[in-house]
Amino acid sequence: MIEAIPTQFIIIFVGLLAVMAFVGLNAIVLVYLERKVAGFIHRRPGPYEVGPPCFPHGILQPFADGLKLVGKQLFTPRGADSILFWLAPMISIAPAIVCFIVIPFGPHLQIVNTNVGLVLILAFTGINVLALCLAGWASQNKYGLIGAARDISQGVAYEIPLLLVVLSVVFMTGTFNLFDIADGQGAWPWQWYIFYQPLAFVIFFICALAETNRNPFDLPEAESELTAGFHTEYSGMGFACFFLAEYAYMVVASCIIAILFLGGFQGPVLPGVWWFLAKVYVLLLIMIWIRWTFPRVRFDQLLNICWKWLIPLAVLNLLITLAVIAI
Amino acid sequence: MIVKSLRETMLGMWSLLVGMKVTAVNFKSTQITVHYPREVVHSLEGYRGHIELVPSDEDPYKPKCIACNNCVRICPSACISLTAIKPKKKAAEKTEAPDSADEVKTKGKKEAPAKKAKPELESFVCDYNYCCLCGLCVQSCPTGALRYSSNVYLAGFTRQEFVLDLLSRLQNQAQKKEQ
Repeated sequence: MIEAIPTQFIIIFVGLLAVMAFVGLNAIVLVYLERKVAGFIHRRPGPYEVGPPCFPHGILQPFADGLKLVGKQLFTPRGADSILFWLAPMISIAPAIVCFIVIPFGPHLQIVNTNVGLVLILAFTGINVLALCLAGWASQNKYGLIGAARDISQGVAYEIPLLLVVLSVVFMTGTFNLFDIADGQGAWPWQWYIFYQPLAFVIFFICALAETNRNPFDLPEAESELTAGFHTEYSGMGFACFFLAEYAYMVVASCIIAILFLGGFQGPVLPGVWWFLAKVYVLLLIMIWIRWTFPRVRFDQLLNICWKWLIPLAVLNLLITLAVIAI
Repeated sequence: MIVKSLRETMLGMWSLLVGMKVTAVNFKSTQITVHYPREVVHSLEGYRGHIELVPSDEDPYKPKCIACNNCVRICPSACISLTAIKPKKKAAEKTEAPDSADEVKTKGKKEAPAKKAKPELESFVCDYNYCCLCGLCVQSCPTGALRYSSNVYLAGFTRQEFVLDLLSRLQNQAQKKEQ
C-alpha cells in the first residue's frame, strides 16, 4: 500500500511533522529566552523558581506555561461568531508551519526545493493578516476590532517595502529559489549580500518587525491601550495558537533575513546547519533586545515611517540595484 | 528643509543605537534581585513598616512620648489611640481633649501646665488594619517619639493580630536588649 503513495508526498508529510516539532521547540526556547533577556535587561533574574531545585534557573517555566495553556477552558464569548472565532487561530498557525518546508536549513536539509520558495513564503505569511482580522472581528469585542483594524493597515503598509527590497535581492540573484540565493553567497561575511545591499537589510529588518507584530510595532496587541488587541477574548489553546504563530513567524522572518542577506547556511569550518541556526538565533536575540529597549510607536508614526521613509528608500534601493545591474 | 529633516532622522537613528547600548550595559551588569529565602537583604534601613515608639534617652523602658495627642489628631485613618495618666501630684485643672467619638480615648492634656504635671503614657495602640502608612504621625510628633519600625515579618491570621500595642512592644524590646 505504501508504494501507492508518491515519495514526494511522504517526504512532505514527514517534513511537516518535523517542522511542527521544530516550531514547538523553538517556541519553548524563545519564550524562555525572551523572559530571561527581559529579566537581565531589567537587572533581575527572570523566571527562577519553577519546580524542584534540581531544575535551576526556572528552565521548567515554558513547560509550566504550556501545561497551563493546554489545561485552560476554551471559552467563546457571547455574541461571537463561533466558527470564525475558532477558525482564526488555526488560520494563523497553519501557514506559519507551511513556510518552513521551503527553507534550506543546510546544504542537504530542505524539505522541498522549489524555485518559487521566496514567493511561497511571502504569500503564506500574508495570510496571517487575515487570521488576525478574523480573530478581532469574530470575537465581538471593541478592543479586538480595533486591534484587527490596526493589524490590517499595518500589515498592508509594511508588505510594500518588504516586497520591494526582496525584489532588489531577487534582481541581483535572478532567482526566487531560496537554496540558490543562499548558495550564491560565499562562506565569508564579506561575500554576503548584506555588504551589497545594506539599506535593503535595514529596511527588511524593520519591516519584518512590523509584519510579525513585534515591539516597537506591536500596535495590534498594544497592552496599554487595547488590553491584548485581537486576542483579547482568546483563552487556552486559542491564545496559544496565536502565540505559537507569532514566534513561528519571527523564526520565519529571521530565516529569510539570514538567507537573503547573511549567507544562509554558508559559513567557514562548521557544517551549514549550525551556521544557519546561529544566524537565526542572533537575529532573534536582536529582535528580543529591541523589544525590551524601545517604547511602542504611535499609530500615525508607524504609518509615517512606512510611507514617508521605507517605501521611498526601498524604491530608491531598487532603482540603484537595477542601474548597477544594467551597467 | 530636506537637509534638516535628514539630519533629524539621522539623529533619531543614532538615539536608537544609544538606547540599545543602554539596555546592553544593563544586561551585562550584575543583578540586584535578592533571592529571598536563600539570602536576605543586609540592611533594613529605610524600610517603612508600622510605627513604633522611640525609647527616651534616660530610661529604655519609657518612651519619649509626652501624650500630646498630635498623632491621634492628625491620623487620617484614626488608627492611633493613646491613654495617659496624670502624675501623682495633682494637677489643678483638668482639660479634656476634644474627643472624636470613636476609639480615640484620651485623658491627657494638650499642654502640660509647667514642670510637675507631666502626663505619662499608659497605653499606645496602633490599629494597623486601618493604617495607610502616610507617615503624618511621625512627621507631626514634636518630640520625635515615633519612628518607622523595620518589622518586615508582620503576618497573621486574624485582625486582632494587627492591633499593635506599641508601649508593651517597646518594653519587650528593652527587656530583650537587657538580656
